[in-house]
Amino acid sequence: MKIDWTRNETLVFLVIVAFCLVATAVDPAFLSLPTLFDLLRNSIVTGIFAIGVLLVLISGGIDVSFTAIAAFSMYTTTLGLINPVFVAGFRLPPLIVTLGTLSAFRGFLLTFVGSQLISNVPAGMRDFSRLTMLRGTTGEGYFYSLPWAFLALVLVVIGTWFLLNRTLLGRKIFAIGGSSESAHRIGIGVRGVQVFVYAYVGALSGLAGIIRASLARVANPFDLVGLELSVIAAVVLGGARLTGGYGTITGTLLGVALIVLVSNSLILLGIPSTWQSVVFGTLILLGTGLPAYQAKRAALRAG
Amino acid sequence: MTEAPLVRLDAISKSFAGVQALSGVSFSIEAGQGVCLAGENGSGKSTLIKILAGVEKPDDGRVVIDGESFSALDPRISVARGIQVIYQDFALFPNLTVAENIAFSAELTSGHRLVNRRRIRTLAQKVLERIAVDIPLDTRIEALAVADKQLVAIARALALDARLVIMDEPTTALTEREVQSLLAIIRRLKAAGVAVLFVSHKLAEIFEVCEKIVVIRNGEVVSDKPAGEFDLDSLAYHMTGRHFEMTVARPFDPQAAPVLEVRDLGRDGTLDGIGFELRPGEVLGIAGLLGSGRTQLAKALFGLLPVDRGEIRLDGKEISLAGPLDAIAAGIGYVPEDRLTEGLFLSQSIARNIAVGRLDAFSGPLGWLDRTGLGAEARDWLKRLSVAAPNAGVRVKSLSGGNQQRVVLARWLAGSPRILILNGPTVGVDIGSKADIHAIIADLAERRLGVIVISDDLPELIGCCHRILVMKEGRIVEEIAGGAVDAGELAARLAS
Repeated sequence: MKIDWTRNETLVFLVIVAFCLVATAVDPAFLSLPTLFDLLRNSIVTGIFAIGVLLVLISGGIDVSFTAIAAFSMYTTTLGLINPVFVAGFRLPPLIVTLGTLSAFRGFLLTFVGSQLISNVPAGMRDFSRLTMLRGTTGEGYFYSLPWAFLALVLVVIGTWFLLNRTLLGRKIFAIGGSSESAHRIGIGVRGVQVFVYAYVGALSGLAGIIRASLARVANPFDLVGLELSVIAAVVLGGARLTGGYGTITGTLLGVALIVLVSNSLILLGIPSTWQSVVFGTLILLGTGLPAYQAKRAALRAG
Repeated sequence: MTEAPLVRLDAISKSFAGVQALSGVSFSIEAGQGVCLAGENGSGKSTLIKILAGVEKPDDGRVVIDGESFSALDPRISVARGIQVIYQDFALFPNLTVAENIAFSAELTSGHRLVNRRRIRTLAQKVLERIAVDIPLDTRIEALAVADKQLVAIARALALDARLVIMDEPTTALTEREVQSLLAIIRRLKAAGVAVLFVSHKLAEIFEVCEKIVVIRNGEVVSDKPAGEFDLDSLAYHMTGRHFEMTVARPFDPQAAPVLEVRDLGRDGTLDGIGFELRPGEVLGIAGLLGSGRTQLAKALFGLLPVDRGEIRLDGKEISLAGPLDAIAAGIGYVPEDRLTEGLFLSQSIARNIAVGRLDAFSGPLGWLDRTGLGAEARDWLKRLSVAAPNAGVRVKSLSGGNQQRVVLARWLAGSPRILILNGPTVGVDIGSKADIHAIIADLAERRLGVIVISDDLPELIGCCHRILVMKEGRIVEEIAGGAVDAGELAARLAS
């Protein structure tokens, strides 16, 4: 297969490879099963969020409230249905709506729960987090494992891939992202699809929240704060466009892998964690800038 | 007694923000009939189409389909009843492939929940074969040329078993050969019992495929008669309520010093050995088929396309054009072909659009804009070019095509240029606005501007221009005096 340099996926993949090479050179222990399992474990929550965000971005919308919904779900059930009411029902800009719900949900949590941590998460959740899919011990006797919760990410990925590529509903989401006016004119129920999309993200956020709480064995309202931008960054790095209509599951997973890799391994390389956001920012600029530059050059060559 | 018509409109009325777009429109369409909906831009045609498509709901009146009466349609009802619309803006999905775009409506009505790529491709291939068009099925729409997009839009409408196909100016982006094959498709559809509602400004096409012509003016039906009872003049009269005379180029001083001299202009692969002179008051036409280099020449003269060799002299002084700003500063104006995407800021006001080319002239100390001055100048231009708009603060996208074209003209004239290059000045413009634009061109020349007109409309070139340069493969191959040929002969010379 010909390598398409204008695709984000290619670039992100190369950056991941380069990062791994550098990390291994600095610390040969990097290239090992424990590191891999650690990264996979850390990508469960970010990955589920990212898949949800991918769906919203493809439909031409945006959602920044998912971390708050997830934090809330650690205490109670999903609030995901509030966003679609405002976005699809009242036709308000999704950025404003989800900024509003982000702030409201988080504030609500802080008011009623305060900074109090619930460490006695239900026994079911605790047991769930202890169930491991794969486990092993290194030569030095270091114990590592991959929890069954990882399967949730795998199922979400497969399910969403099927939804996007094999169902008419999925193609409608792409169509609306491409041109919602055209979609309306050929008889797609645009609002119904939007309700579905925001509800789907809400449901995934709830799921991610529960998994997060059970893995950490604690529910914390401050948890996940600030993660929304990293997640959106991961999805955009993977090739989804904020203007809607474009994005792939593969790209999103690569984006997530890169973000998780950077946030977990910079310390390993001896770089202070304060540099993390600088690296994120640079990656986003490069990841979105380079393909645009390549596309421009290709267009110029074509005349 | 004939059977009930396929579709009957009964006293449809619709207003937008207090403006009456349609009032009491009634007419009917029989199965297999070709009906032309004629009218100037802004006469209410587009609104009527949207009501039939179910995109807009009428304030009053009914749509009767197969005897069943609806007070309002919905896109899904319209599609289910076999009404398909080919929109002027195509209404395609740029991010999806050709095959998916063509098959989307069919998939929606099929009730399938899952998509099957093979089924989609087979359907799309079949439809494209039906209209004898070859476009790669897996290409994304955004990568297609405009003409191909138009063909895809047509194919999509045919993918379902349509009973009424509405075509809103389907031929604007097509070449003559493609137009002929579209007209052949329309004849075949009609023979199969499909009704066609055809909207076009090209009168010759109308007479070829329509049995009946419904003329609307200011939202009312002014005439509903068999096509045979109209001729070009009477149709133009019904559409506009005025009589027209073809504008002819007015005399200019052939001894005057040329305002523009072009010598041996060339760019590898696109332009070669271009040379001509343009005198003040002269209207120079450039004719050529698509790909002949005529648009490239216009862009080169406006600094949009760098050249490798040759010289351009303005009032005898050599100028170098590194970009459009140089050209504007030198007094060259360019009104591009695609007025919607290249020339205007559609969501901005008329005043801002007119002023945007020369904001410097209106900036005071500290770079603040003189809003009063801006508004006054814009109002002045609206009056001089008779743009139909309540005031200069109206957004450009709410104007009709002809009025948008006038706003583009106003922008360039506001900079008092020496030369104006008009590329396809009347593409997609109705007959009334077209006559107005021709009159404006003659006026401009009379004010000693040098005008260059590039156009596909050969009678337009012959009528408006003193001289016509014929371009082929980037070269000027012939020069013809404006009145010396007729359209048929000019077409033959272009194609030879």
